[in-house]
Amino acid sequence: MFANLAKLFRYRGLITSLVARDLKARYRGSVLGFFWSFINPLLLLLIYSFVFTTIMPNKIAGVQPYTLFMFCGILPWTWFSSALLEASGSLIAGGNLIKKVLFPAEVLPIVSVLANMVNFFLGLPILILFLVLYQHLPNPWNLLWFPVVVVVQLVFTLALALTVAALSVHFRDVRDILSNLLTLWFFATPIIYPWFQPEVQRFKTFFDVNPFTHIVVSYQEVLFFNNGPVGHWKWLLSLGAGSVLLFLGGFWLFDRLRDSFAEAV
Amino acid sequence: MNAIELSHVSKIYRRYGGRQFSTLKSALFQRSLLRDLQPSETFPALTDVSFRVPTGATFGVIGRNGSGKSTALKLVAGITKPTSGTVAVQGRISALIELGAGFHPEISGRENVFINGIMLGLSKREIQNRFDEIVEFAELRDFIDAPVKTYSSGMYMRLGFAVAIHVDPDVLLVDEVLAVGDEGFTHKCLDKFAELKRSNKTILLVTHSLNLVERFCDEAVWLDGGANQAEGDPKRVVDAYLTKVEEGEDALMAVTTARAVEGAHAPAAADGPAPADPTSDMVHATEGRWGSREIEITDVAFVDGSGQTSFVFHSGEPMAIRMKVHATRPIADFVFGFGLFNADGVCCYGTNTYLEQMTPQAIEGDAEATFQIERLDLVEGTYKVDVAVHKIDGYPYDYHRLLYTFRVKSRTHDVGLYRPQHTWRFSPGVRFK
Repeated sequence: MFANLAKLFRYRGLITSLVARDLKARYRGSVLGFFWSFINPLLLLLIYSFVFTTIMPNKIAGVQPYTLFMFCGILPWTWFSSALLEASGSLIAGGNLIKKVLFPAEVLPIVSVLANMVNFFLGLPILILFLVLYQHLPNPWNLLWFPVVVVVQLVFTLALALTVAALSVHFRDVRDILSNLLTLWFFATPIIYPWFQPEVQRFKTFFDVNPFTHIVVSYQEVLFFNNGPVGHWKWLLSLGAGSVLLFLGGFWLFDRLRDSFAEAV
Repeated sequence: MNAIELSHVSKIYRRYGGRQFSTLKSALFQRSLLRDLQPSETFPALTDVSFRVPTGATFGVIGRNGSGKSTALKLVAGITKPTSGTVAVQGRISALIELGAGFHPEISGRENVFINGIMLGLSKREIQNRFDEIVEFAELRDFIDAPVKTYSSGMYMRLGFAVAIHVDPDVLLVDEVLAVGDEGFTHKCLDKFAELKRSNKTILLVTHSLNLVERFCDEAVWLDGGANQAEGDPKRVVDAYLTKVEEGEDALMAVTTARAVEGAHAPAAADGPAPADPTSDMVHATEGRWGSREIEITDVAFVDGSGQTSFVFHSGEPMAIRMKVHATRPIADFVFGFGLFNADGVCCYGTNTYLEQMTPQAIEGDAEATFQIERLDLVEGTYKVDVAVHKIDGYPYDYHRLLYTFRVKSRTHDVGLYRPQHTWRFSPGVRFK
């Protein structure tokens, strides 16, 4: 297993070119091409601001402007959920490679995660643009934590992506279960409501065991709450350590099932 | 030194009962997870196969569909692992198993060459250096910047082939991919193989083209039913394989014939109206049987030179058609007829005892009539036979139309119907190797 893990480093050229291919192919043939990577989050942001400021005004104290608050959570969540959904189908979609070419299968779910990470990065300028427009600039010292949050989320997502990819080869219904589970998970995470709301605090244990709570809260502290230091870092670092273990577990499972892929895909 | 070495390799594919394993629901709710994890059915694709390919050799693998050839190749490529036994390969492998696997339809041929090359283990720089050569080889200079989805299947395959062959492998695995292009491209591929061969690369060739194996390979192995049947000199292996194929065809043809005869014996067919004049429709006829059965043909057999009944004959060998008949009463007016048709239903030959000026005198009880052919000078193909007993005026006693099938095999791929016994003669100015 560790030999295969070390090989992963050798595949970096393959992984980068596949990520680039994925991103290129995604918008090939559309008129606006690569701009969709900016337009998609922009439109999403506009829709949310219209709904939550005009139709259903949100007055919760401490999270104004609400649209920006929500957006800080939705962007990383989009990365997480679409990466997992893509990863769960990646081995089946790449069946030709696994069956007919000597191809390191783990590359496929990893590419799904990384391609969506690049999309997440492309959404950030839109977020920054609106932070500037609303005159709601984050604390520059807090921003130092941003790469840490991204890395923790990356490792956590990779761990789950490898697991669902390997399982969905044998159980095709993983994909459907996953898409429903992700909806539930979205609402169970303090993305569209702040974690310090009294109603949330009543179920604190429940929210604490949800790993994505800590990722989202960290993002919100780094990007949105500019009036204090990042108080969530202990949780974040523990989650980072846990994610590394989770990743090793996911890779182990993937490695165990690897030989069955060529036959079961 | 052996580039490839398989020792006692077995591969068992698992089949999970009714694909129930594919849904989590059944696994969880019927508490059958553990049971489903146990393969309910196994299929041995390879059983105790061993062979070694010396470095620099070209090695052919032949066998019927489903004989385990491709599984063997996948094991050598490392795509699947053997259930037991060991597979050892020395050097960089390039597998021409599925050409253009991993091409993305939306992006250009150029980008696909790079990504495909990286997948096959090249570095970006190596691809850069070989890029022009690859495009030249694939004959796609004008289209290399177009998305691959606009390529014809031939272009797609050519590009895939070009990338795979330029990986500069030590061991090249080829699975029946030479049929990808037109004549010109196939020749180019063969030239490329010859070039690799000269530079001491090992080639493992899985193919149905026995010709190619004989011409091109240093050694060959014949797999059947997942087991090693013969190994060594390609000519000998191919011959062994062909003999086995003939036996198989023989059995198949026996079944076909038995079925046709049985069908025709059914009352409906037997009492069916006879064509007004069977001979008028000699060229395009359908199988059947009719007649009064006053003289009945009870059995028809094809007999080869050694007196054995068979359904497969070689061009130029003797052959006899032997029919057993039974006359229910003494009859003085009878004619034995014989007709030979090819698979298209074209009459190759037809005759009867009346045409050959034999005047009937008497037949009674059980008898035998044999039509002896000294040399079966037919080209390769499947042939059908008419046999009949009728009156001189055409009134049928028993007419068997196209019920009997046999096959002619030939190592010469000549065309037509009839192969006259022949030789070529040349003046001294013409020389052959």
